[in-house]
Order: sequence, then structure tokens, then C-alpha cells
Amino acid sequence: MPRSRAALGLTAQAAEGRFALQRCEECGQVQYPPVDSCRACLSGELLWTPMSGRGELLTHTKLHHSNDPFYRERLPWRLGLLRLEEGPVVVAHLHQECPPPPAPVRVTAKLDKAGRGVLVALPTGDTRDMSTDPRNGEFSCDPRFRKVLVTDGKSRVGQALVHELAEAGAAVIWVGQAEPWKKYDGQEAVGKLPQVTVVPLDLTDERGVMRIGAEIGARVDILINNAEVHRTEGIATRAGAELARREMEVNYLGLLRLAQAFGPAMRSRAADGGASAAAWVNVLSVYALSNYPPHGTYSASKAAALSLSQCLRAEMQDSGIRVMNVFPGPVDEEWNQPMPPPKLAPERLARDIVLGLRDGVEDLYPGDVAREWVERWRDNPKVLERELALEAQ
Amino acid sequence: MTRQDYKGVALVAPVTVPYRRYSTRDAHWWIARALAGLLKDTGLNKDDIEGLGISSFTLAPDTAVGLTQHLGMSLRWLDHVPMGGASGVVCLRRAARAVQSGDAEIVACIAGDTNHVDTFRRTLSTFSRFAQDAVYPYGSGGPNASFAFITDWWMREFGVQREDFGKLCVAQRRNAMDNPYALLRKPLDLDDYLGARMIAEPLRLFDCVMPCAGADAYLVMTAERADALGLESVRLLGAIERHNAFPDDPVQVRGGWEADRDELWEQSGVGPDDMDFFQAYDDYPVITLMQIEELGFCPSGEGAAFVREHEFAYDGDCPLNTCGGQLSMGQAGAAGGFLGLVEAMRQLLRRPLGRQVADATHGAVSGFGMINYDRGLCSAAAVLARP
Repeated sequence: MPRSRAALGLTAQAAEGRFALQRCEECGQVQYPPVDSCRACLSGELLWTPMSGRGELLTHTKLHHSNDPFYRERLPWRLGLLRLEEGPVVVAHLHQECPPPPAPVRVTAKLDKAGRGVLVALPTGDTRDMSTDPRNGEFSCDPRFRKVLVTDGKSRVGQALVHELAEAGAAVIWVGQAEPWKKYDGQEAVGKLPQVTVVPLDLTDERGVMRIGAEIGARVDILINNAEVHRTEGIATRAGAELARREMEVNYLGLLRLAQAFGPAMRSRAADGGASAAAWVNVLSVYALSNYPPHGTYSASKAAALSLSQCLRAEMQDSGIRVMNVFPGPVDEEWNQPMPPPKLAPERLARDIVLGLRDGVEDLYPGDVAREWVERWRDNPKVLERELALEAQ
Repeated sequence: MTRQDYKGVALVAPVTVPYRRYSTRDAHWWIARALAGLLKDTGLNKDDIEGLGISSFTLAPDTAVGLTQHLGMSLRWLDHVPMGGASGVVCLRRAARAVQSGDAEIVACIAGDTNHVDTFRRTLSTFSRFAQDAVYPYGSGGPNASFAFITDWWMREFGVQREDFGKLCVAQRRNAMDNPYALLRKPLDLDDYLGARMIAEPLRLFDCVMPCAGADAYLVMTAERADALGLESVRLLGAIERHNAFPDDPVQVRGGWEADRDELWEQSGVGPDDMDFFQAYDDYPVITLMQIEELGFCPSGEGAAFVREHEFAYDGDCPLNTCGGQLSMGQAGAAGGFLGLVEAMRQLLRRPLGRQVADATHGAVSGFGMINYDRGLCSAAAVLARP
């Protein structure tokens, strides 16, 4: 479905969980629907600006007929026309618990199943997860009642993810383990969870990945790929490409193998009612945005994975599977030991990933370091590159 | 500034190409049939037509320009009016000016659209940039959803009841009963209306027009020329158009006519009470009510009371949409914006499709179109008279 470039700005904001609209830099008028020039003063300088989210429901309807097959299966569907505190009148999906107009509502921006940024009106008060509305599922990838694969259950992040998913109500958690015969810390706690099934999964083993894909791929609702190899090498610190190859084998080619083994089955199940296939999560690194020289080859492998995940997202888009990229700063684990704090606790990363799934976001920058980093990158990627080069000296 | 009058402008040859629910033909075919109908009706040749005004939603990738070659016409005046429900009156206004200024002696105004099985959805999803960005993704309800918002607002703000809307729809269906071109001729009573399948609350099935294929057309020339050719004609007394009126109304309570209606009646030299019928744009009954109020048939906010006090069938005291309107004929795309105009001509020429309003000498026609985002942007109206 075509969309204007301006409207994709709303999608880009919603992808990170923000509700922002264009605001005229000259006269301050807030614009909606997205435009190319200010409706009031014709200025071409419009800046995406966070909105208060406060609005008043003016009128509403409940659709019992739709021209689109997707919605036809989900009728009746409630919509509202509301006026935002900042001025514009907007059409929005309306949570079923919103009282009839006139009524105050809380407005958020979400990605819909087709990946379009859309506005959603909620009742005022706490309905963060919208779980009281069965149609919540169209905007969220809540792990509750879903079957989840965590590709590496051995790492501290993987273990934290498993516990967090169990807490969040996941029905089944497959836990991938390369070299399953090797014992590791925390193994017992993970194994005790009734939802957990351990599966042998080594992303460097193409046939093995295909085999597991054939076995469980048709049941996986959410795939979280957190498997990675992380070495702290630049170029000059070492001779030869062996370590870099191991990083690429898991971080980049591993993602490719997984996508080929699990992607088709997940795509075909995205429209199933109830607990449908919903999301694919790639745990990348903020270093994917700009190379961090002390972890130079790792950064490069994550950049490759980011590029590939954009391809995956484009291929998944029509099916309705959300591809969520996670860009943590340094995580408090083995290979970041020499890094000074602040470092992201694995538990915090896991919690943020589950929240991100619930909120249905597409890009997640968990923790202060990641958020600061992405802000610098957005402001000027070239300046960030120079800053990182200086840090490496 | 006062608008120049329309003295000496005549409308000739109302043509309707019988509508069909679905058609495998393209819009070009429908428009060609309408042109052929104009020529047959008047005995004119294609070469006599010097100007052409076109309205269509389904002509893409063509515009009126491509049609000249399709139809083998060489023209000195050409217009494409993409204004949907307002296009009938807007085409008339432009053609009238062309004729008055001598740009063209005879102008053919034609609206035609096809309706393939998937046409309606495609038209909706790419209707306008605002629609594709900010309306269609929300449940893809199309105009039903937009007019449900407006209807809900009117019912709460102005105390309009479902029965009031129903009275208009039932009267229109009665008007359609003897019209062989009406696609919907099954008798409709108030209970049928009130109990119909829900479409977009509070709208039910009989509030909504049915998309179909069809074409409507008429000629514009000077009265002198019409008389010289021995063609029966009607006169244009006044006409207005307005776009994006009242943008600050949070929900559409006014379509735009209010901004120019005093000028319309003054220019026409008659008033609402002198009208023998009213052909309103009836995509949804709330819009009919809006036109009744804004064109001054009753004070604003009193539409519901007006409906309760009057009768709207061809034999009532306020004949409305005398061929059954789009609600009974079907909505043939942009031709829906021409239907009221050609029906007004027929009533004044005493050549109705169905029932004749007795002794009709004056009539009003109104058009409304283009739900660009949350409201219709184009409004237009004209007053016609039998010479």
C-alpha cells in the first residue's frame, strides 16, 4: 500500500515507541496528516516533535464492514475521531474500553501488522499493555501465551531472557544450546522452568539449523536471536582472519541460516488468530551503527547483521511479522569485562526486550549508553566516527 | 465581489447511460456511450462539440486529454474536473463561462466510471494522499467510516434520530419505484431501514450508496443556439462552488454551501421556497440534511424538525431526489455527482426517468465531494429553471 514519505516519518517515530507529529519551526503549528509544508504559514521547516498524548474523543464508530481482507476477519473494529491537545483532529484506532464521546483519551503511536505507524487511542489511566482489548495483538507482540525460541540459552543474556519470558507468561520456551553436553552456570535454574525445552542449536551448523527449523519452526511465535561471538579485537591487534570469521559465522551467517530455516514457516503463521507468529528479535549492538575500534571486527559483524536484518524485515513485512532490532551498549558479560561502567545488566536487557515486544516497537536502544550513542549518531554520524577514533587512541 | 451572472446559458439533453452493478468495460466505454447519447438526443455531430468537461475516478492513467484521442474529438476547450460529487455543478459552471465568453459554443459535460469487482477498494486505498496515509490504514472502512463519524456527531449535537434519516431514505426509494434505471427498486419501509444490517455504527445498509458503473452527461450552450437548433433546454439561474470551507469546525457540520448561499439565491432571483424540487447529493442522509440546512430550506440546526414536518416523495410538499437518488440508482463513481443535475433537467423538461413532479418550473441541485481526509472538501449548488 503506498504511503507518502512524510507519513513514513510517523512510522519511523512509532518504530521506537514515540508518538510525534510534525511541528512548524516557524509558527509552531502542529500538522496532521503529515504534510510537506506548514498548513498555516507554508514554511517548509517541519520538525517531528513528541506529543503530549492527551486528546478528546469527538465522535466514534464501530465498523461492521471493511474493504480490506485483514480487517474483515477482525470485525467489529472501533475507530474514533479525536482532537489532540496540540490542535489536530486525528482518526485513531479506539480501545474498546474508551468511554463514548465526549471523553478524554490517551493517544499513542504504534506499528500495525503491516508495519505502518498508526495512532491508537486508549482510555486514560494505566492500560500500557492494552491486554484488556483482544485486538491488542494487532499492535503488540506480547510473549504471553506464545511459544518462543531463544537461540542461545547459555549466555547470561540468554538465561535472563528465559526467566523474563517465563515471568511474562510465555507458553513454551525453546532454549538453544550449542554444545549441549557442556555444563554452565545457571543451567539448573533454567532447566527447572516447566516451559523450557532445550534444543541443540549451533548457528554455524547449517544442516543442524535446518533440522531444528523443520522440527519446531512451524510452532515458533517469537524468535529471539541472541547467539553471538564477541571478541575484543581490532585489525592491528592480531594477525589473520580466524577470529573475525568466527564472529561472522555466528553473528552474520548464523542470522542468515536462521532466517532461511525459520522465516518461511513463521511468515505463513503470522495471520493465525490468537497466539500467532508475531516477532523476530535480533540482539545486535549499538556498535552496529558505527565501528567501535577496540571491538572492531565484532562491530563489523554486527553491522553486517543489521544490514541483513533490514532485508529480513522487508521480506517479513507483508506477512505481519515484526522484526525488532535491539541495539544494546556494552552488556555486563565476559567480553566486556575491561569496559568501564555503566554497563547494561543482562536482566535489564531482557526486561527491555520483553517490554519492547509488548509495545510492538521495531528498534530498541536499551540503557543509557545506547540511547546516548544513538543520539550522537543521529546528530552527526561522521562526528561520532571521529569521537570513537579518538577514544580508541 | 459579485459573481457575473449566467444569463443566456442553457442546458440541453440530459443523458444517463443505464447503470450496472459491475462492468467489465473501462470508464472510456461508459464515457463514449454518454457522448453517443448526447449526439443521438440532439442530432448534433461530434464535430459540433467544441468543448469537453470530464469527471471520472477510473480513467487512469488517462485524463480528459487522452479521451480526445480515444473519442476522436478535436476541441478548443477541455477541462478535467476531479471533484466527485461536486463535479456536476462545477462542470456546469465552467462550461457556462466558456459558452458566455465565446471560448466554445457547445460544451459536452460527461461523468462516467466503471466498476470492476475490485475497483471500489482500489479507489479507496489511493483516493488521496491524506486518505492513504491517515484514513485507509484504520480498518479500511472507506467513506462509511468517515460519514459514521459525522452522523454520530449530528445525532448527538442536533438531536437527529435514525427515524429522521430513515424518512428521507424511504421517500427516495418510493421515488425510484417507477424508474427503470434504478438498480434498487425493492420497496423499503422504515422498519426495513431501521433493522438493516449494521455497516459502521450508527450507519446501516440503507444509509449507504451502492457502488456501480454508469455515466451521465449534458450539453451546455447559449439559449440562442439551443433555440436555433430547435432543442429543448433549461436555464441556469445561479451557481456556486466552494472548496475546503470551514476548516476549523472540528467535525464537519457544514459542507460549504453556507458560505455562498445568499449569493446563490440573490443571483437566481428566487428563494428556497420557490423550488419545486431539490436534488441533493445523497451519498449519506446526513449530507442531505446538511444541504437542506445550509442552502436555507430551514434554519441551521433545525433539519430534524424540518424532516418531521415535510414529505419528500415526488408527490410531497418537498420533492427530494426525484429519481430515487444515488441511494436507489447506485453510485456510479463521479457520475453520482452528475445524477442530480441531469434529473433536475429531466424534471424541468418533463422527461423524468420515473415520476414527474407536477408543474415543476424551478429546481435546486447540489453537489458534494471528495472526502480527502475527515470531511468532504468540495461543495457546489445550482438553480435551474424551465424557460
